[in-house]
Amino acid sequence: MPVLTVHSAGPGVTVQDLGRPGWTAQGLSRGGAADRLALLEAAALLDHDTGLAVLEMAGFGGVFSTDRPLRIALTGALMQASIDGVPVPPNTSQLLAAGAKLTIGGARAGVYGYLAFAGGIVTTPVMGSRAAHLTAGLGRALVADDILPLGGDPAPDTPPRRLDSTDRYSGGLIRLMPGPQTDLFDDATLARFLSTSFRRDPRGNRQGVRLDHDGAPFGVASGLSITSDLIVAGDVQLTGDGVPYVLLAECQTIGGYPRIGTVIPADLARTAQAAPGTVLQFTLLDIAQADATAQSDADLLRTLRQACQPLIRDPHDIADLLRYQLVSGVTAGDDLEQDGDGTQG
Amino acid sequence: MPDIAINDSTGDLAICPLGLDGVLVRFSRALSPQANGAAHAFCDAVIAAGLPGVTEVAPSLTSVRVGFDPAKTDRHNLTHALRDLLALLRDADTSPRRLWRIPVAFGPDHAPQLAEAAKLAGLTPDLAVAQITALQLRVLAIGFAPGQPYLGMMPPHWDIPRQSELTPKVPRGALVTAVRQLIIFAADTPTGWRQIGQSAFSVWRPDSDRPFALDPGDAVQFVAVSDDTLRDLQANPDSNGGATCEVLR
Repeated sequence: MPVLTVHSAGPGVTVQDLGRPGWTAQGLSRGGAADRLALLEAAALLDHDTGLAVLEMAGFGGVFSTDRPLRIALTGALMQASIDGVPVPPNTSQLLAAGAKLTIGGARAGVYGYLAFAGGIVTTPVMGSRAAHLTAGLGRALVADDILPLGGDPAPDTPPRRLDSTDRYSGGLIRLMPGPQTDLFDDATLARFLSTSFRRDPRGNRQGVRLDHDGAPFGVASGLSITSDLIVAGDVQLTGDGVPYVLLAECQTIGGYPRIGTVIPADLARTAQAAPGTVLQFTLLDIAQADATAQSDADLLRTLRQACQPLIRDPHDIADLLRYQLVSGVTAGDDLEQDGDGTQG
Repeated sequence: MPDIAINDSTGDLAICPLGLDGVLVRFSRALSPQANGAAHAFCDAVIAAGLPGVTEVAPSLTSVRVGFDPAKTDRHNLTHALRDLLALLRDADTSPRRLWRIPVAFGPDHAPQLAEAAKLAGLTPDLAVAQITALQLRVLAIGFAPGQPYLGMMPPHWDIPRQSELTPKVPRGALVTAVRQLIIFAADTPTGWRQIGQSAFSVWRPDSDRPFALDPGDAVQFVAVSDDTLRDLQANPDSNGGATCEVLR
């Protein structure tokens, strides 16, 4: 069985898949990739199904190698990556030769990068998933000298592909749907919430991200004595001091602080990928509008597969491709050197 | 305001969206033994009904979330099916199936906010401990973290609000309180609840055949032990924190 060797790793590198649904009654949230779309993009590039397990890299990658040639894909946050010094463009599949060093640096745009291997990571599933769930104490962050089993690439000769990824690193308008506690907020508070520009606070992890804003906190009269109730990923919870947190994959399953609404799944990746300082604003859909955005993982993967194209390997074209993929507010990498700031702001 | 809830004309009952793939049936906004019993009975009824497209059914203190696959059913059809089940809901046997006795230390090393919580409840620390250990509490829900029980209900003077600031870290096994309930923490956790004791009992054992110790509806009685006794229990991982479990029915 081929193996992945971790030569070094940033502090937040974990194995992730689409998570562990079905344990809410026992208090365990689904977990899984913070940016599920990025995981599906990797699955599309590598002809995998929705069961693919990958490495999620929060903020910083590491140095990795495998003992067999196999294809890899890098999706999600834009991270400087190279194989034995040769740059690897994002959102492509590439062959990683046996023993070659894949080096992945810090995120230039976004937060969570994904490194996928054709055939997937095949660690032993726990309760139906390979995903580390750090807040539940399932699994752990990877460290240097970890060795993980890989499934093996069934078709390493498949030509490289690319997939034009949507920008989800520059925040913007995030769609909320109403939830069971939206009506605890009076109309004026709700209107003010929807007209406020928030900035992603540095505090945040796979459980949730804190948002900052100028002006008064957002509260409800009964804010500290509400009966605790069920929570889902995407819920926007106002803690006791009136500060919003958007809850992510490793959220708690029950909580008492009031929730003003739920970020729809299609916009949750943009929330998770908003680096500190990124500006976010919310809009509230009605239930029918929200329900119309539902798309199954299988449907999404089918669409992404169809969007994959052969990678044109001419270096000039690759440079152009990078520009084509990035939209305003996200840097292409070269201008990062110009402003000397590796964070998106 | 959008039409977020279908309110029952007779009371608190509401059917609300909770995520694109979920419907929440809430029996009351206020916790009571009746609302909690109704939620658990309804959860059992929804599971037994085997409705098409339903993916997951989970109870909380006063509500049940029914998850669905939008490719197989929709919110409208599911809501109708749930209304039909609500109309058929009858009283069920809600007596506890099991009684747990769990040692807890309330001494100065293990109960940093006991005095503060007791004061908010209008009690001395000794009286607060006496009241906590005299009661057989029920597991009203499992949640927040894996296996973590919401226990209640304490008498009305224990209706202590959560703190407005989070305590950065309360240890695994901690006994905390707010809003007439107690929780034993599954893991080290930031929290707005006040820590009033410490157990060595593991509610979440991911490496065991039975990863979740407690079930909703179980009865729990706390037994006061000294700080030294608790340290001995903590040092012995096979002791299950000194807890015992008696099957009642």
